[in-house]
Amino acid sequence: MTLSSQPADDAKPLVSLKSITKRFPGIVANDSISIDFFPGEVHVLLGENGAGKSTLVSMLSGLQQPSEGSIMVDGTEMPIASPQKALALGIGTVFQHSMLVPSLTLTDNVNLGGAWWKTPDREAIATRMEETARSIGVEVNPTAITSSLSLGEQQQAEIVRALMRGSRFLILDEATAMLTPKDAEKLGQLMRRLVAQGLAVIFITHKLNEAVAYGDRISVLRLGRKVGALGPDELKSLGPEAATKEIIRLMFGSNGNQAAVTAKADGAMRPRINGAGTGAAPVLEILALEVDDDSVPVSGIELKIGAGEIVGIAGIDGNGQKQLAEALAGQRPVKNGRIYLDGQPIEDLPIGARRHRGLRYVTDDRLGEGTVGAFPVSINLLLKQIGEAPFWRSGIEQGGAIADNARKQVKDYDIRTPDIETPAGKLSGGNIQKLLLARELTGSARAVIFAKPTYGLDLNNIAASRRRIREAADGGKAVIVLSTELDELIELSDRIAVMSQGRIVGIVENDGDARQKIGEFMSGVAA
Amino acid sequence: MSVEVQDPSANSQAAAKSDIIVRRRLLSDRLQLIALSLGPLVAAILVASLILIAMGVDPVAYYTYIVNRGLLSPSGIEATLTRMGPLLLIAAGLIVAFRAGIWNLGGDAQFLLGAVVVAALAPVLTAYMPVWLVLIVTLIVGAIIGALWSLVPALLRARQGVNEIITTMMMSFLGISLSNVLVKIFFLDPATNVPQTRTLPVEDRLPRLFDTTISSGVLIGLVAILVVHYVMAKTAFGLKLRIVGANAKAAVHAGLSVSALTIGVFAISAGFSGLSGAIAVLGQYGNVRADWNPAYTLTIVPLVFLARFNGFATIAYVFLFSVLSIGSESAARRLGVPNYFTLVTMAILLILLGITEMLDQKRRESRRT
Amino acid sequence: MTLLTAAFLTALLAGAITAGIPLLLAGLGEQLSEKTGVLNIGIEGMMLAGAYMGFLVAWKTDSVFLGFVGGAGGGMLVAAIMALLCVRFGLNQIVIGIALTLGAEGATAMLHYFQFAQTYPRLGAIASLPIPPLANIPVLGPALFNRPPIVYIALLLVAVFAYVYRKTYWGIALQAAGDKPAALDSSGVSVLGIRSVAVLLTGALVGLGGAFMAIVGAGIFVPFMTNGNGFIGIVLAMLARGRPLWVLGGAAMFGACLSLTTALQVAGVDIPTDVIQMLPFAAVMGVLVMLGRKANLPSALGAAYVRGAR
Repeated sequence: MTLSSQPADDAKPLVSLKSITKRFPGIVANDSISIDFFPGEVHVLLGENGAGKSTLVSMLSGLQQPSEGSIMVDGTEMPIASPQKALALGIGTVFQHSMLVPSLTLTDNVNLGGAWWKTPDREAIATRMEETARSIGVEVNPTAITSSLSLGEQQQAEIVRALMRGSRFLILDEATAMLTPKDAEKLGQLMRRLVAQGLAVIFITHKLNEAVAYGDRISVLRLGRKVGALGPDELKSLGPEAATKEIIRLMFGSNGNQAAVTAKADGAMRPRINGAGTGAAPVLEILALEVDDDSVPVSGIELKIGAGEIVGIAGIDGNGQKQLAEALAGQRPVKNGRIYLDGQPIEDLPIGARRHRGLRYVTDDRLGEGTVGAFPVSINLLLKQIGEAPFWRSGIEQGGAIADNARKQVKDYDIRTPDIETPAGKLSGGNIQKLLLARELTGSARAVIFAKPTYGLDLNNIAASRRRIREAADGGKAVIVLSTELDELIELSDRIAVMSQGRIVGIVENDGDARQKIGEFMSGVAA
Repeated sequence: MSVEVQDPSANSQAAAKSDIIVRRRLLSDRLQLIALSLGPLVAAILVASLILIAMGVDPVAYYTYIVNRGLLSPSGIEATLTRMGPLLLIAAGLIVAFRAGIWNLGGDAQFLLGAVVVAALAPVLTAYMPVWLVLIVTLIVGAIIGALWSLVPALLRARQGVNEIITTMMMSFLGISLSNVLVKIFFLDPATNVPQTRTLPVEDRLPRLFDTTISSGVLIGLVAILVVHYVMAKTAFGLKLRIVGANAKAAVHAGLSVSALTIGVFAISAGFSGLSGAIAVLGQYGNVRADWNPAYTLTIVPLVFLARFNGFATIAYVFLFSVLSIGSESAARRLGVPNYFTLVTMAILLILLGITEMLDQKRRESRRT
Repeated sequence: MTLLTAAFLTALLAGAITAGIPLLLAGLGEQLSEKTGVLNIGIEGMMLAGAYMGFLVAWKTDSVFLGFVGGAGGGMLVAAIMALLCVRFGLNQIVIGIALTLGAEGATAMLHYFQFAQTYPRLGAIASLPIPPLANIPVLGPALFNRPPIVYIALLLVAVFAYVYRKTYWGIALQAAGDKPAALDSSGVSVLGIRSVAVLLTGALVGLGGAFMAIVGAGIFVPFMTNGNGFIGIVLAMLARGRPLWVLGGAAMFGACLSLTTALQVAGVDIPTDVIQMLPFAAVMGVLVMLGRKANLPSALGAAYVRGAR
């Protein structure tokens, strides 16, 4: 198959993976993967979370070693034993999470790895950096401290750095995940310019449309295996729509296809609840809310959410969504404005009291703040009720009641855990999310805030999470969903508010042309 | 832990079976824990023996002597148990602090100030109230003094997030000097030439146990550590502290008042250190001499770590340490092995325990493959 | 004000330098470790090892220079254990740090017991190296510019480190190792290597400080003679964060207070030394309370680096 899909007889792959297998304790992350990467091409590695893309990247960049198989560079077998080796071979990686040191300037980040006894000529490096940036059509400020730059700017700087290090094989790992649509498009154009200069670009993503838009060649990964590939000729001859269909078939197989389709259908069919939003008194009302923050201060938030209504909040990550959610939940002080729950002001109440009134918050930072990883599932299910009867009496733990509650929740929410005493951190992401849902949705919830409820989950768990959100709304709760996935919001919401730079820049009814309007709101301010 | 069957269709046989499996796993876990604790201990004694041989001392004779003097002789075991009292209290305070993720390294000053104030106060109070009341009042005062000395680091940490390692260490140096100032200037016993506080008569001190010289301080220490163990394991308050220690962000998310809990932890932890100082004076020394500083905290910190904050294991380690230090004090006089050898043994033990833990972790990881 | 004679002031200033240099070296050493993300609680032990080895070598060879080399070596020996256990194996830095301090205290005290406890040998006075024009300034000259060369070297190290941190590739790598080790690793620099070297150099610096106490300060080795100087070094490094000049300032302040206690005693003023010893700590605590700023430590401080772990 690899042979037949070569573009021409004289084109030789720059890097080839030969039957690469990588095992971790308990899982096979990559199973006998063979891929050829050619110069002058954007090669997209496409796959769901957990498909094995990141593992492949870490082996190409020298961070990990394959358990079996070999990597060929320029036609000769070449183990990539360390990041240093990868750089020496001309393999540069821009990771999903920034690999710049926040406290250093961009120039000094380029200087990482210089001979230790020497003194860097900072001016010369800055000049070279500016030149390199210009040659690929981007602008950087070499003397800026990294932490003061936006994620998009940091990413561009990382690409420039990789080129300055002589990379001819550039890996972009989930590069668009943190970018505004506009910046993502810019990155796409940048990739085209890079391959025009003869580089090989590996673009890792889970977004179909980007793969089809920017890729010359697409390899699809699923559950650690390469399940198919589309060469340049096929991509051209199929055209975007047919190519997309083919890729969906590869990515999700028959089952997945079903799931994806039903999810879509569900979204379209979501019935409007009578009286939601208008008329009846809102369950959750936010008035002129202002929240302090060093990076993204939030201000002027006005929202009314009725019983049974789902209001989506769209926006690129880091535009104040987190700050807003935390202020609503009580984790962050409100500077100004009011929050009413069922007509009662709650903005001065502590977290616990807001929870008692019926306000719930399903955080997206599931391991960081949502759970205590080392503690058992049973305790994590009660994390927000510590000291309350019947689980504690006079401050003393009641093991029986705690275990009963845990067994019930595990059953009701289908949390797959070996035992209720298993440390929560050992569960999979999907099951940790179920744990959080169980904790937040039981009892007398009135309003629920979901932050990125499907982030990092696999398809089945995505579907389960979205079902819970719909059920919550159908049960008469007021629901806020914060998400960076527009498709998700369009599927779930009645109305969608767009957040940018700490403000709500527009609210649209979720009807036919919502997508276009949201896009306008987003890019209008993002510019 | 009983297994209750939710699903009526599941038969009790399966439940019983899973119960057995759980029990078996618990048992093997416990055996492993004991092996993990005893292995390094044996290894440490072996390494220490090699050093002894290099020094020309017969290790068998040395350790026999230590066990005889620290454990088997009546006066030895009495001294060992008496010494355990203050050590257990310091350990109890450290367990609370470390469980909550707070590095209270200022225990020495909290201990000394508690000791000095109690030493000054107790002889005065005996003129006004019965002995039992003096003891109760001074014990409370000692704890309060210790807690007060942690107030500034506690507030700085809770309000402004200032690293408590720096502040407790600074307060420790400050407090050690302050207690010397107190002894030398304000609480000086005019009756002697030695700079020290007035000596509390033996009959006014903590009662001794039975007909021995063992101070009842050891009982207070044991009770304290058991209470701490129970509170940390079984109560809502202990759980809250453990959450703050294990994941402070989760504590905020769950609505716990992290700053109030932090201040509480400092107060409890330092209070135990102050109480420890009070017990050292009321049960053992009867006064405080100028420039006296047993510097217990630094030796107890690693012991508590190695016990993995478990109260029972801590008692065992503190007991072991007391036997070792009492025994080696005699050995220094008799066998010519200086007292300092205990420090070397401790260091070897700590390092070996650390390495064992690392190897155990690696083994568990590879077993999962 | 009969106190403020030239002789008194000279003694005071000279004493401040003598007391401050070990603190300076300890602070600079700890700063180096902390910059790369290693919280080095073991420097008290490294300092003692340096004091012992420094004294031993100086006494055996009758060479002050070799004594200092020995002192640095002694510190490095203890630091090598720390580098192996905490950097390579990733063991708990605080437990091992305390273990090394206890071990070094015990080992040096024992060695002292066997070798010197009967005889208590002393080293002779150390030759000074006057710096010609400056040494003649009254008060300042004898206190500052007529000292053993090690004093000048220690002060010079402040400038050296300031230069290294700000101007060299190594300085950049050190900062990255403490702030974002994964970034350094992905740039092809060994994080463990950078940290190991930093810890070893910390041992050398701190050992030199210990040797200074034994050879220049006391002329004798006494068990536990570092007496918390290493811990004060930790405090200085944490307060100064990445800036060597601040370590110098802190060491000068603490040194001056320590020196004042001895100077007043000599002058026959009847204040317990402890009162003055409290001053620097009280001053720093006061500053912390008033400013209440966060001690902005490297984000990876205290955490072992494991490639690929998050």
